[in-house]
Parts: sequence; structure tokens; C-alpha cells
Amino acid sequence: MTDLTKAVLTRRIDPGGPPPNLAEYERSGGYQAMRRALRDLSPEQVRREVADADLRGRGGAGFPTGKKWSFVPTGKDAPTPRHLVVNADEMEPGTFKDRHLLEGDPHGMVEAIIIAAHAIGASQAWIFLRWAYRVAHGRLERAIEEAKAAGYLGRDILGTGFDLEIHLHVSAGRYICGEETALLEALEGKRAIPRDKPPFPQQQGLWGQPAVVQNVETLYNVPPIIERGAQWYRDLGRGDAAGTKIYGVSGKAKRPGLWELPMGVTASEILELAGGMRSGVQLRAYLPGGASTSFLAASQTDVPLDFDAVGEAGSRLGTGMLILLDDHTCPVGICANLEKFFAVESCGWCTPCREGLPWTRRVLEGIEQGEGQASDVDLLREQCRRLGPGRTFCALAPGAAAPLQSALELFEEDFRRHIEQGRCPWEAAA
Amino acid sequence: MSSDGKAALTDREVEAIEAAAEALPRRRSASIDALRIVQAERGWIDDDALGATAEQLDMSRHELDAVATFYNLIFRRPVGRHVVHVCDSVSCWVMGGDRVTRALCRRLSVEPGERTDDGRFTVLPIQCLGACDGAPAMMIDEDLHRRVPIDGDALAALLEDYE
Repeated sequence: MTDLTKAVLTRRIDPGGPPPNLAEYERSGGYQAMRRALRDLSPEQVRREVADADLRGRGGAGFPTGKKWSFVPTGKDAPTPRHLVVNADEMEPGTFKDRHLLEGDPHGMVEAIIIAAHAIGASQAWIFLRWAYRVAHGRLERAIEEAKAAGYLGRDILGTGFDLEIHLHVSAGRYICGEETALLEALEGKRAIPRDKPPFPQQQGLWGQPAVVQNVETLYNVPPIIERGAQWYRDLGRGDAAGTKIYGVSGKAKRPGLWELPMGVTASEILELAGGMRSGVQLRAYLPGGASTSFLAASQTDVPLDFDAVGEAGSRLGTGMLILLDDHTCPVGICANLEKFFAVESCGWCTPCREGLPWTRRVLEGIEQGEGQASDVDLLREQCRRLGPGRTFCALAPGAAAPLQSALELFEEDFRRHIEQGRCPWEAAA
Repeated sequence: MSSDGKAALTDREVEAIEAAAEALPRRRSASIDALRIVQAERGWIDDDALGATAEQLDMSRHELDAVATFYNLIFRRPVGRHVVHVCDSVSCWVMGGDRVTRALCRRLSVEPGERTDDGRFTVLPIQCLGACDGAPAMMIDEDLHRRVPIDGDALAALLEDYE
């Protein structure tokens, strides 16, 4: 088998080893992209290169990064200060890619922040880090200190007149903080409740000032794009998909883990890297990118995992971190776990989400415990409609409906067997 | 000042909160940092500490309590000297994470969220720890444990390091 793995975002990561310190990072060409961006390229040129590279947000939504940056007011009369906010709140269940990047290459994060901040004229950068990432926290703090001491942060960086400060905020934990406007509320010290839009964060984000929120993995793409150019970057992906992506596997594979691969590889190729399924278990379905994506069936493992193809197959690429459902694991049980998560993490602002999710959770737990009613399957379908797009401020409720709605299609028989037998067949078999 | 006349916050806490508040454009934006500072000193946030912290940030105690009660990792009730966070999310569930919580709670004779009689441990379910390739995962205080055993005796052995 040919080696599919790429080393662009992960090129300086030695899994299990310490991350490169400043000297090591620079010896391997680190901070050269920053020098080029700050000295040779205007903010507009950086924005254009990133737009031409077709970089799309890796946090789940796939929004084009260049386009996001184009909404930031620039020029002499534009409001200041402007903010770059790094969403390092990786809380999507099944997702551990940003942890890998931050722990393995913290200077890569700092360099990416400097270039992106230059592109949008931000003088303040904020890393919104989840509490559980203690190792990443220590390593980021050290990298920021080293970069400051080297003159890469602070005032008049490299004599270019560009100023930038990086602040590290450690979250007190809520999934909703991953939603960009909720994250901004949390940074302002409030309850993390998503905002109505407009205004969009690029106009009024933090304390009424322009802010751009980017996922960690998205930003790690920026220095290589600046070093090697948009064309080189686009060619890394398969077909029309640009760049590389960190894909991962959790569940009952032989070797769960993560790999940097061309954007657009298939689940079968990723599963092969994971050594296939453990002996004695079969794949039934997979969530392609976290808890808030729809299940794809085992017969759909040849779908290219890029934003468009996964969408056409009826799901979302999400974070690109696959969660496997095997034949020894109860599909109703997995849905009950997923909906419990969303019910607990709902911020409570919108009624369909606040009331609908605990209801959905109770129905699923009832079925799993053998107390299901024949009408529950239709009730759950109705709940998925009520949780669907357009009824809430943010995407949490639609995200919660996605796996359940698809599970009801793929595993309707299994839901009905629970109800007819008055017990969980998997529990009975265990 | 609390009801018994003692200052509700130590000088060290006051100083740290002041530094956090001064670093931000609005004092109240330091609310989460401030709660964390106080919690690091005493394990949880009691009413007196909440009131004093709110006052220092120019907030009402109700405003600060609204923030404190929103976040999963700010504790408004006493917890054990060590908090065991067991991942409760999907990848760990597939790998038996729910049985880890049950085995731990049975071993320690507590329900999730309760403190053991000796004040040593509280077991709390936590959302995905981002260690899904090492499922089932849990954190004891700040230490991540991957592929934890689903077995009361083996789990008790892990806890031995935490007095």
C-alpha cells in the first residue's frame, strides 16, 4: 500500500516527543512564513493567497477562510483594535486533532496567528483553550513567551510597525463555546449564549470591535500556504478539494488514531490506516466528523471525505474525525448517549433545544431500557423536525438532530426490535 | 466581609483577580478567570467568596452567579480534594466508559457529583476529553489517563496516587 500520509500541518510534530522549542522550530524553517508575510506581503496579498488556496474552515462548517477575512473592515477609518480569536475549545465529541497540533507544535500556532492577524490588521489575538488541554496550555504559554522574547510579538514586530499581543483564555467548559458568537460572549466574561446575527463578528465581535474566529487546524494551514503558494496548496488535495486534513478514527478499530492526509480521501482508506476493525466486530456505520454529523452507512465508506462530497452523501464532513459504530454496539444506546450530550450542553436560550432535547433523550433512554412505545419512532422523527434548521439561533439543535434522524433511517429495525422485545437486544446478548 | 467578619477573599486572591481585571478592556470580562482563581485556592466557590469576587469586578452577585452556574467546571458545591472527570461522550461510551463511571462510583460508594465521606474524591462525568484514540479516558485533577481499566480494583489502584 502506498503511503498516503502527508506532513504539512504536522511536519514538525514528533508524536510522544517534546515539541520543538524556538531554536529548533527556526532551524527547520519556522517563522520564515511570518517574515515573508510581514516584510514582503501586504495584508491584502496575504488574504488573496489564502482565498486562492481555497482554504475552508476546519472546525466543522467549512466556511471559506479568505471570504471570512474579506468581511473585516480595513483601511484608515476601520474600527480598532481588531481581534483574531483562535477557537481551541475542541469539544466536538470524537475530535482530538487540535490537541495533537497544539501539543506537538505550539510555535506553529503562534506563527499562524501572527500571519492571520497581519492579514486582518488585528493587534489583539486570543486563544480560547479548553481546560482539559493542560499539556497544550503549558506548551503554548512557553511558545508565546519565547516568541515575545524574540521580538515576534509585542510592538513593532520585525521593524514593520505591526503590533500584536496574544492572550490565552482557559475556558470553564461548555460545548456551546465552540459556536463563534457564544465563544465571544464567554471571552467577554458572560454566559456563553449565541448571538443573533447580524451584526457579524467581523463587524462587531469582541467588545463591539471587529473579530475573526478561526479553528486551530484552519490556522495551521496558513504558514504553509504563505511559504509555498496557493497553487501548491490546492494540489495537495484530491480532485477539487484543496489541501490536507487531519483525519482520525475512534471506536473499535484495531489502531484508533489520527493521520494527516490529502483532503478527500475515503473512510475505507482511513480505516486501513487504523488497521481495520477489531477481530470479531463489523462496521455498521460511522459519524464522519463528530457527534453533530449524520451517520453514513458501512456501504458508504468510499465517499470522498471532503466538504462537498460528504454533503452530497447526506452528512457533513464536520471535523473529519470518524466515530465508528460496530455491530456489537447498540444503535439506540449510541443515540441516547449523543442526545444526552446535546441535552446537557444546550445553553437553554431557544425553546426547541432547551425542551426538545431532554424530551428526546428521555424517549431514547426509555426505549433502551425496554419501556418504548410503538409510537416512539414517529415521535423521534417529529422531534428531529422540530430541532431542525431555522428554529433556533445556533446550530446546536440541528446538529443534535442529524445523527438521530439518520439513525432512524439506517436502524429503524433496531429501534422497533427494542420496542417489541421490551429490552435492548444488545444488552440481552452481553 | 463574610458574616463572621473575616475577609471572604485572601490578599493573594484579591491581587490575582485585580491583575486579571486590569488586563482586560472591561473588569467584568475577567469573571471566569476570577472564579477560577478563587476555585484554585479553595476547591469550590462558596456564597461569601462569590459575593466578594463580584464586588471586586463591579458586578452584582447575581450577575456573577449566572456566569458561575453556566460553566461545567466552576463548582458551586464542595468537591473532594481530587476531582475525577470520567469522559461521558460517545467514543468513550462505545469503549465502555459508562462502566468506568459505574465501577468508580461503586468502589467509592458515591453517586456522580457527591464527595466521598473522607473528602478525598468527587467523581464527575465530563464531556469528550479529546483523547478518543485512548478511550475510555478520564482526568484525575490535571492528569489525563488513557485506556483506563474497566475494573474496580484496577481503578482503585490508579486513585492511590491521589491522597
